[in-house]
Amino acid sequence: MRLDWELARRGYRRYAAYPAATIAGIFTNTVFGFLRGYVLLALYEHRDIVGGYDAGDAVTYVWLTQGLISIVYIWGWQDLAVRIKSGDVATDLVRPVDPLRAGLAFDFGRALYHALFRGVPPFVVGALLFDLTFPANPAVWLAFALSVALAIGVSFAWRFLYNSAAFWVLDYRGPAVMAMIVANLFSGFIIPVGFFPDWLKTIAYATPFPAMVQTPIDVFVGKLEGVDAVFALAVQLAWLVGLLVACRLVLAAGTRRLVVQGG
Amino acid sequence: MADSARVYLRLVSAAIRSQLQYRTSFALDVVGMFFVTFLDFVAVLVIFHNVPRLGEFTVAEVAFLYALSSMAFALAEFGVGHLDALSEYVRTGSFDVMLARPRGTLFQVLGADFRVRRLGQLLQGAAVFVYAVSALDVPWNAARVGMVVLSVLCGAVIFSAIWVFVICIVFWAVEGREASSAFTYGGQFMTQFPIDVYSRWLRRFLAYLVPTAFVAYFPTLYVLDKEDPLGLPSFLRFSSPLVAVFAAIVAGGMWRFAVRHYRSAGG
Repeated sequence: MRLDWELARRGYRRYAAYPAATIAGIFTNTVFGFLRGYVLLALYEHRDIVGGYDAGDAVTYVWLTQGLISIVYIWGWQDLAVRIKSGDVATDLVRPVDPLRAGLAFDFGRALYHALFRGVPPFVVGALLFDLTFPANPAVWLAFALSVALAIGVSFAWRFLYNSAAFWVLDYRGPAVMAMIVANLFSGFIIPVGFFPDWLKTIAYATPFPAMVQTPIDVFVGKLEGVDAVFALAVQLAWLVGLLVACRLVLAAGTRRLVVQGG
Repeated sequence: MADSARVYLRLVSAAIRSQLQYRTSFALDVVGMFFVTFLDFVAVLVIFHNVPRLGEFTVAEVAFLYALSSMAFALAEFGVGHLDALSEYVRTGSFDVMLARPRGTLFQVLGADFRVRRLGQLLQGAAVFVYAVSALDVPWNAARVGMVVLSVLCGAVIFSAIWVFVICIVFWAVEGREASSAFTYGGQFMTQFPIDVYSRWLRRFLAYLVPTAFVAYFPTLYVLDKEDPLGLPSFLRFSSPLVAVFAAIVAGGMWRFAVRHYRSAGG
């Protein structure tokens, strides 16, 4: 446990080392929040409710996703693939720390930094300038925090899985791009899953991706309440456990396959 | 000038040849880029699954707008998207090497690489264009065809100019690169939707001052012979070439200003 904590602190500090990059990121996430917010609001000129969301829920969705981008970090993470490609992963494997567990702890540290410094600021801007929906019940805030934590874990396990493709293919960009496409669409990051036509919604909810973005948001805006919320968190937990088991198997298979040119 | 153009073309062809060396990787990249950018259009389709109109635009009209913007952006990214690597050049000092060479710095940075995989986005934009045109009843004539071609080219120049202008931030703050994405990728996002959906202040800033409205919005109004929901004067529909030239001049000026003020980290 103490080791996990230390690793998480390293994760936090690695990202805290670039404050100018953080400010630049906040700026860009905020600008996109405005653009996406106005596009979604335009839907409500014609209807009061779209996909279960009213206008307030929809803009809340936009600003939450803009905050969640760097927290759940569904794209842009290639740390493992890069280490496999360079052979550095061999060092990770001989260390007395399990790479999967170390990676997860490190990622939670990263996510905490991103939550505080890249997640909260755009959301605060959105909250000041748009009419957002806020949970009245403190229990909902707690459930939201839990759901975000689970989302980070699910996202990490997913990233670990597709990065592991580098054990088998020389050029991992192909798998990474495919992974990004399905995750972007089905997580509800680009457009809420509730807006999808039914057949696409069914496909989305058969995947782990809504557990990375859509679930925490639906808890926050109150689309998932009481028993439904508890059930949704349980589904997230199930995906987390399932994907971590898959990571474990893939890592073992990849390790057997790994050949590092020594020197 | 002619000499620079010749060198530039040789650099482009060298980049294409080198990226074609690994054919499978290249094909996967192009296909990947097609689908990554197509997701933006899936979002448009999902929106129109829920509502019949966005602002005053139907799905086919938005598709038309989207296609022009997407093709223009693909061309811009092919030529100048590599500027995103400028912060690396500055950080590692390779920019200093460029300063010592007898060619323009912008020319050298742009010539260093080309994002050939953006062909995928160009194809995606073309596919959406075919869909839009088949769903719309455009009264085609030579002027309208000309406007489509011209607006994609001018749009590419406008996007490129924006890219050059905003990437200059790395000369002052090397880690600040991501802020430029708000204008480059943000500008692309903005132009994929009719600008009447945005609030007035955002439109003034990100559609007129940063002239993204001239990429697709005004040319689309002309080609589709559509009344402007914002009631703006109709000469704006023909001003994209002028705006493109002006934007390129401003961006070039900004680049020279930034490079003059650039201080190397030394070493």
